[in-house]
Amino acid sequence: MNAKALIISLFLASPVTAQGFAGLGTSTSDDFAVPAPNPIFAFPEDHGPHPDYRIEWWYLTATLSGADGQDYGIQWTLFRSALAPVRTETWDSPQIWMGHAGLTTKDAHFHAERLARDAIGQAGVEAAPFEVWIDDWQMLSTAGPDQDAISALSLTARGADWSYDLALNAQGPLVFQGEGGFSVKSDTGQASYYYSQPFYTIEGTLDLPSGPVAVTGQGWLDREWSSQPLAGDQRGWDWFSLQFEDGSKMMGFQLRDSSDDGFTSATWIEADGTSTALPPRALQVTPVETTQVEGREVPVVWRLELPEKGLDITTTALNPLSWMPTLFPYWEGPIRFEGTHAGRGYLEMTGYE
Amino acid sequence: MRRAAFLTLLSHWRRHPGQLLTLVLGLSLATALWSGVQAINTEARASYDEAAESLGQNSLATLEGRQGPIPQTRFVDLRRAGWLVSPVLEGRLRVGDRSVRLRGYDPLTAPLAAQAVDLSAPDALTGFLTGTVGFAHPETLASIDATLIDLRLSPQARLPLGVILTDIGAAQRLLEVSGQLSALLVWPDQPRGLPSLADIAPDLIRTAPQSTSDAARLTDSFHLNLTAFGLLSFAVGLFIVHAAIGLAFEQRRQMFRTLRALGLPTRKLIELLAIEVAVLALLAGAIGVALGYLIAAALLPDVAATLRGLYGAEVTGTLALRPGWWLSGLTIAFLGAAVAAAQSLWRVAKLPLLAPAQPRAWLRASERGLRIQAGIALAFFAIAALSLTLFSGLIAGFVMLAALLLGAALILPIFLSGALTLGGRLSKSALGQWFWADTRHQLPGLSLALMALMLALATNIGVGTMVSSFRLTFTGWLDQRLASEFYVTGRDQAEAADIREFLIPRVDAILPIWRIEGALEGQPGEVFAVADHPTYRDNWPLLRARAQVWDSVAAGQGVLINEQLWRRSALNLGDQVALPNGPTLPVLGVYSDYGNPKGQVMLGLAQFEATYPDAPGLGFAVRIAPDKVEDLRNDLAERFMLPDALMIDQAQVKSFSLGVFERTFAVSAALNILTLGVAGFAMLTSLLTLATMRLPQLAPVWALGLTRARLARLELLRAALLAALTAIAALPVGLALAWALLAVVNVEAFGWRLPMFLFPGQWALLGALALAAALLAALWPVRKLATTPPGDLLKVFANER
Repeated sequence: MNAKALIISLFLASPVTAQGFAGLGTSTSDDFAVPAPNPIFAFPEDHGPHPDYRIEWWYLTATLSGADGQDYGIQWTLFRSALAPVRTETWDSPQIWMGHAGLTTKDAHFHAERLARDAIGQAGVEAAPFEVWIDDWQMLSTAGPDQDAISALSLTARGADWSYDLALNAQGPLVFQGEGGFSVKSDTGQASYYYSQPFYTIEGTLDLPSGPVAVTGQGWLDREWSSQPLAGDQRGWDWFSLQFEDGSKMMGFQLRDSSDDGFTSATWIEADGTSTALPPRALQVTPVETTQVEGREVPVVWRLELPEKGLDITTTALNPLSWMPTLFPYWEGPIRFEGTHAGRGYLEMTGYE
Repeated sequence: MRRAAFLTLLSHWRRHPGQLLTLVLGLSLATALWSGVQAINTEARASYDEAAESLGQNSLATLEGRQGPIPQTRFVDLRRAGWLVSPVLEGRLRVGDRSVRLRGYDPLTAPLAAQAVDLSAPDALTGFLTGTVGFAHPETLASIDATLIDLRLSPQARLPLGVILTDIGAAQRLLEVSGQLSALLVWPDQPRGLPSLADIAPDLIRTAPQSTSDAARLTDSFHLNLTAFGLLSFAVGLFIVHAAIGLAFEQRRQMFRTLRALGLPTRKLIELLAIEVAVLALLAGAIGVALGYLIAAALLPDVAATLRGLYGAEVTGTLALRPGWWLSGLTIAFLGAAVAAAQSLWRVAKLPLLAPAQPRAWLRASERGLRIQAGIALAFFAIAALSLTLFSGLIAGFVMLAALLLGAALILPIFLSGALTLGGRLSKSALGQWFWADTRHQLPGLSLALMALMLALATNIGVGTMVSSFRLTFTGWLDQRLASEFYVTGRDQAEAADIREFLIPRVDAILPIWRIEGALEGQPGEVFAVADHPTYRDNWPLLRARAQVWDSVAAGQGVLINEQLWRRSALNLGDQVALPNGPTLPVLGVYSDYGNPKGQVMLGLAQFEATYPDAPGLGFAVRIAPDKVEDLRNDLAERFMLPDALMIDQAQVKSFSLGVFERTFAVSAALNILTLGVAGFAMLTSLLTLATMRLPQLAPVWALGLTRARLARLELLRAALLAALTAIAALPVGLALAWALLAVVNVEAFGWRLPMFLFPGQWALLGALALAAALLAALWPVRKLATTPPGDLLKVFANER
């Protein structure tokens, strides 16, 4: 049976119009809650799930350096998808969990995917004590009692012949994307709640098929939930997280639509955590070079320009074939960039069907 | 020349349309029975395979609980330890008067091979996961009243028959076993570096993917039986074809000689004749396959019902036309025709150019020929006798059957000849002596038809004896095994305990039916608890036992095992049996356990409770006065809201079991009658053939003063006499066949041996049927004789001498 069809329907809550990447562009069902401007977040509750929103994720990426001198990257994501805006305590709970894990080296890209039902304990998220898990993968708070729950984490995931076990410690505060955590995605008002913890330093071990590698590096956690993050004509996005050498950071994304006039958004984050939301379309992203990946042309070299901040850089992928051939396929991998600024980051590209 | 020769050869059939009809009909009937049976078998096997494939049983390993159901938390534990497993819950769900297999699975964690339905349609996944939508094969849907299930059912042709597929949660709700799973599917590829299952799940047994499905394994013997029947019918049909081809060749001897004399080489002649046979085989094969399809279509619903009832195996009620099947039907028609024609072609090849071309009774028995035949027959008997030591298992059984039947068929003419000689010696009158001698003279021409009749009769006797013995044993056994009047099952441990409390003041005795599943002697088996109660002491069908067996079992000094386990593992009384996760105990007795494919052990209740404290104790057999059963059922239903499926009375179980039984053998009966019909047809064709040749022998007798009417009556008497003698010969053969079926084939196929009972009434009926068939077959030729103009009889003297 076509598991792909199954999974696509999974993220295509009714009514199905098959628009946008992974059905994210479908109109919201009447009953789902919709993000509103000027949110007030409450922690640790908001680290936990929001079942009355259609989609939500705990999304961690990290750029790592091995004791062997090589660059590495890892991804750890748990998605929550609601078929209906309710939650029950039995199998019939219409909330579905999907885990993705990736591990990228210069020559290889490993991935794994897990699916789980809600309410039986196979997967879920607890706000306090903070725990995100699916099967034996977990993101567990190791923070002290009076610290933010996600300021220190232990992170594990396992694929067919690889795994990783990392310890994360945040060196800065939470950063709220967009307008105080209200992140607009289109001119017609699609939006999500979106905050990040981009200040992790990491230590741990990657267990590769060739053997274990001790690594250190930097990590970035995104928390985002919405019921309709994409406009109907938006086909996908290109998302960048950049860590500059001076400790400041930038998050930027482009949402591509059929008109080529992509919607872009960016947040500039100072080393102390103060952030500035830049106006829509302030960031310009231009594909420079594409690579054939799994039968599609995917841009793996980009030029990013942000005149407000004097930024003009070119990003290159550690491994151009960082393809996640999951049920919704996409590209996700570590990058390096040069130009007016230099540093490392992560790139995610969706909707290259 | 070639074309002219071919047309000349074919002209024979134009002049003898009856012979053509006989040949084609004989071959088609033979092909029809064979391919009909094959169609049924193929359809059933295809159903089993599809069933196994669509649910992933043939490609996925599973984990099962050693002591019954698996708690759902074990699934979560294993997932959280990194093991890729997926939950399955299976159970029988009563829907009105039918029970279906309810299978619940989790589409999110199930491996690809177990994804039997497409959930990509709008709302499909939501409906499925929230337990409002289920799937079933369209035939299953049509057979049940879907309004009785709290589920919207959609048709899905990929699913096995008799299965309703739902989400795991819906299955728990419908089967009323919340938090329970029956198995975990294990993904073929697991991540590296996981803790071993033996460490983290010692309570679960890992079962490798089943290369053949349970259904296929269980029903193997049933299908072998059908195949044997089909083969037999085919063999009987071949006798007709052989006779018809032989006759056609004999009658064309003049023609062959003329063609040869005109310059047609022998090789060409043989070639043309072979083409002729091939064309006829193609024609007859096509008709036969079509007929076979009709037979199979008519029998399939009964067979399907049988397989469902007896083995729980679901088979579609509609027949698909599979190319492999009709090709094999045509092939067997060709092969049959080739076998039947080989002897005749050989003779044509050796025909001397100038040999007298006089038609004659084409199989004249010679002393030498009979001796050779007797020798071959004895060789076959020897093979039959030795088969049990030469081969093993079912093969031995079937080699034995085949050798026995072939030997018996070959020895028949010798037996008949001897009987007729004896009759002649005992006869005083001249007419009597002529009658015996003339009958004997006809024997070679009739012997093939009589062999066919004998085989048909022997099979009927053999199968009839087996079926009746089985029925007698089975009903008696059911009475013993189902001694309790009422059976009730609680939905969980607490309810079962409540039910027990509730029952104590109301009934005569409560006997737990508690069991666990586990490996016995390396094969899947089960252990039952047995209470110390007269119900068992007085009724339980023990095949053999130590003295004071019930006292010893109650005291925990040993166990009882079922016949299947006893035979398969060649255990003796006193041998030790290791119980799954339990002690090793001596065997104290063996009981018969028909219809159960698994090995079984009965352990004293006290020891069972001590050994398996976690075994779910849900079921009870209840002893109560039969007239109080209905009240008790109503009280229980009212007090515990128990569904009907959990309360069964003795009469229900019995009528269900016997119903299954009767249907099973409805198929055997139908095939039996068809085989007998084919044999009757063989008789008719042989007698018709002989009738035209017999004028020279009858004319002198008529001339001596016997009227045509008297001669005709004598002809009828002759047919009856031969049929009666054949029936007598068939009796021992049939009984030997029955013995082989009961004592060899059944033991190998099912693991139990049935006592053989004799049913003389059946034999008398069959004998009468054989006589009737022979008389009916003789009627037409005899009528022809009675109305032969005297002039034709007179001409014999002018023309033939």
